[in-house]
Amino acid sequence: MNEIPVGAPRSQIEVQIDGKQVKAVEGATILNICQKEGIDTPTLCWAENLTPVNVCRVCVVEVEGSRTLVPSCSRPAEDGMVISTDSDRVRKSRKLVFELLDSSVEMDRSTAEVKEWMEHYEVDSSRMGSKNEIATVAQPPKIQDSLYVRDYERCILCYKCVEACGEDAQHTFAIATAGRGFDAHISTEFDVSLPDSACVYCGNCIGVCPTGALVFKTEHDMREEGTWDEETQEVTTTVCSFCGVGCNLELHVQDEKIVKVTSPADHSVTSGHLCIKGRFGWQHVQS
Amino acid sequence: MWVVDPRRTSSAKFADAWLGLNVGTDIALANGVAREIIHAGLVNEEFIENATEGYEEFKTHVEPWTLDVTSEVTGVPSEAIADLAHGYATAPTAQILWTLGITEHHTGVDNVLALSNLALLTGHVGRPGSGLVPLRGQNNVQGGGDMGALPNKLPGFQDVDDDNIRARFEKTWKAEFTGEHGLNLTEMFEAMGQDTLRAVWVIGENPADSEADVKHARAMLERLEILVVQDVFMTRTAQMADVVFPAALGWAESEGTATSSERRVQRIRAAVPPPGQAKQEIEIISEMAKRLGSTTWGNPTPQELWDELRTLSPMHGGMSWERLETEGGIQWPCPDEDHPGSLFLHGRLWERPISGRKAPFSCVEHRPPVDELTDEFPIRLTTGRVLDSFNTGVQSGKFDSPIRSGDALEISSEDAATLNIVDGETVRVSSRRGSILMRVKTDAELQVGLAFTTFHFPELVDINQLTSDATDSKSGTGEFKAAAIKIEKIESMANV
Repeated sequence: MNEIPVGAPRSQIEVQIDGKQVKAVEGATILNICQKEGIDTPTLCWAENLTPVNVCRVCVVEVEGSRTLVPSCSRPAEDGMVISTDSDRVRKSRKLVFELLDSSVEMDRSTAEVKEWMEHYEVDSSRMGSKNEIATVAQPPKIQDSLYVRDYERCILCYKCVEACGEDAQHTFAIATAGRGFDAHISTEFDVSLPDSACVYCGNCIGVCPTGALVFKTEHDMREEGTWDEETQEVTTTVCSFCGVGCNLELHVQDEKIVKVTSPADHSVTSGHLCIKGRFGWQHVQS
Repeated sequence: MWVVDPRRTSSAKFADAWLGLNVGTDIALANGVAREIIHAGLVNEEFIENATEGYEEFKTHVEPWTLDVTSEVTGVPSEAIADLAHGYATAPTAQILWTLGITEHHTGVDNVLALSNLALLTGHVGRPGSGLVPLRGQNNVQGGGDMGALPNKLPGFQDVDDDNIRARFEKTWKAEFTGEHGLNLTEMFEAMGQDTLRAVWVIGENPADSEADVKHARAMLERLEILVVQDVFMTRTAQMADVVFPAALGWAESEGTATSSERRVQRIRAAVPPPGQAKQEIEIISEMAKRLGSTTWGNPTPQELWDELRTLSPMHGGMSWERLETEGGIQWPCPDEDHPGSLFLHGRLWERPISGRKAPFSCVEHRPPVDELTDEFPIRLTTGRVLDSFNTGVQSGKFDSPIRSGDALEISSEDAATLNIVDGETVRVSSRRGSILMRVKTDAELQVGLAFTTFHFPELVDINQLTSDATDSKSGTGEFKAAAIKIEKIESMANV
């Protein structure tokens, strides 16, 4: 009765990555190995606290013997695999994916690392035509309450928000993909407003959005006013006060005011996910 | 996952099964589940034999709780009780998690003991993935108890009446104190009524809104010779105070630690400066100590206090400030710096032979709520919390939630029809202690005869005027979960 189940033992495998022989645990993805080896690999739809959904293709790598490039985020490494992460083919493919996205979607409020990758791959979306000539998803932001802004002209359909709302974190299933082709978009059930949907305002979708399509109302308003200044913001990690779970909060502070709250994805208590009180209940600090 | 709750909560909707028991019948249900586990031959005989005591007596004690009797008392179908019993007993690992629905009864302590019996019957304790899990309602309510904010304990749950332990604290603190037990909250209010407690210093609590039978509590606070309140806001209690100490907010304006439900000690850090004249709580307490004549107190920093605690509380001994910074939290007990912390407690029950005392079964009796249902007060009111609010709303009331709810009295559609009232109507709600006006919200999922509301909006709805004055004789906790009320239609608002 006192045994502790530890699962089946996992064997070690060896792969060659960018000419270097490295060891890994069986079951590790190629991306896991890249991260362990310090090989900077762009990702959009992948997050360490979500199951890979395999849609964005910016993390592709070349695997010897494979006709197509493979998504490193979800492809388990195999013993003897020979992987190139920085071949011409890989670089071209990553650049093109970013350019196609950037040509139809506003990417200017993406996370700092996304911007760095776009710079690194010399992304030039004007090759696809200028934005007022080609089809874009331009539309005004949806502002239906005092906490969330859904700015879908910045949405690249990476599905992270859907995953975080569903099985990977919140199990609320308030949002899903609706429509097909160019009409595909993230929607609540029957496209009702967010307060009328099943949404519980945990903000876990905001927490995983890579492009600023889902943002705090506070951040949106400050950006519109031109007062949002990420460079002067300080981030302090503390513990949420609203219950006994012990979620860690990262308080982003600008001019001695909290402007948004995130949570570290690598923390064991909630893997970066919060509830409405933890993510939005901080107004009393400055009232 | 089974959910046992009088209401079909959102957790119940996620669950594989929901057992909608009658309010205040938790012991009956646990005893019935225990009897079923015993009769189905699903007890863990090896564990009972080696790690527990009092099993034979317990077996006799629960014998009358047949599935039929249990079903009759709890209102839960027999098959559902049997299903829960078999599921729990045969699972490789299983946990029982609870919050205030178990403890805020006049039988609160016995309710917990009744659940503990089930873990002892099946061996679902002291090993990974199994256990008894009380979920805490604040980020540091566990830490408060750990630090000795209890009437009979010093930091690290050490007995204040043990002369040897007290001597160690007296040496470090350079002060002498008696081993006499203090008072719990309920006893404090009684002592206020008897004028044996005449001065009170409230730190970060709002009893003038949060106490059950709150009219009585307010009268007791009014009687005091002096009331000092230390808080971050002018709460209702602070408004009654003779002196208010404005304090820095713990989790965002102060350095220190908080200890979660799972005994994990984590660092809290100051992200913003406290406003106006608000001072750090440690500074307020230190300055008070000096004015009370202490010459040895000094001006300790949070880290200095933590380091002192490590020398006095063995279970915190290995948690250096540096480890707390780098390891993202450590679970006590952690006696030395090489100890990784403890994922679970009571593992000693699996040692053969076991060290220390065997775990006792408890023969606890079902006792219905004190505030009886009668023809005059036929509806059972239970209070609780909703997702986006926190306690008396002092903090959570400051953000504008799109899903805010909980100020209405929720009743079943059937009761609304019987009373000839409609959704949104304002009614008079009375108990044996008070009477208030409330808006009604009908809820098709509530059981007939049950009403629910929160206590998050005391300025809108002074619900604790109605809640029961009964308390648990062992813990002193009020019976917030079971008041008897009547609901009256208001024929004309002009007469209100």
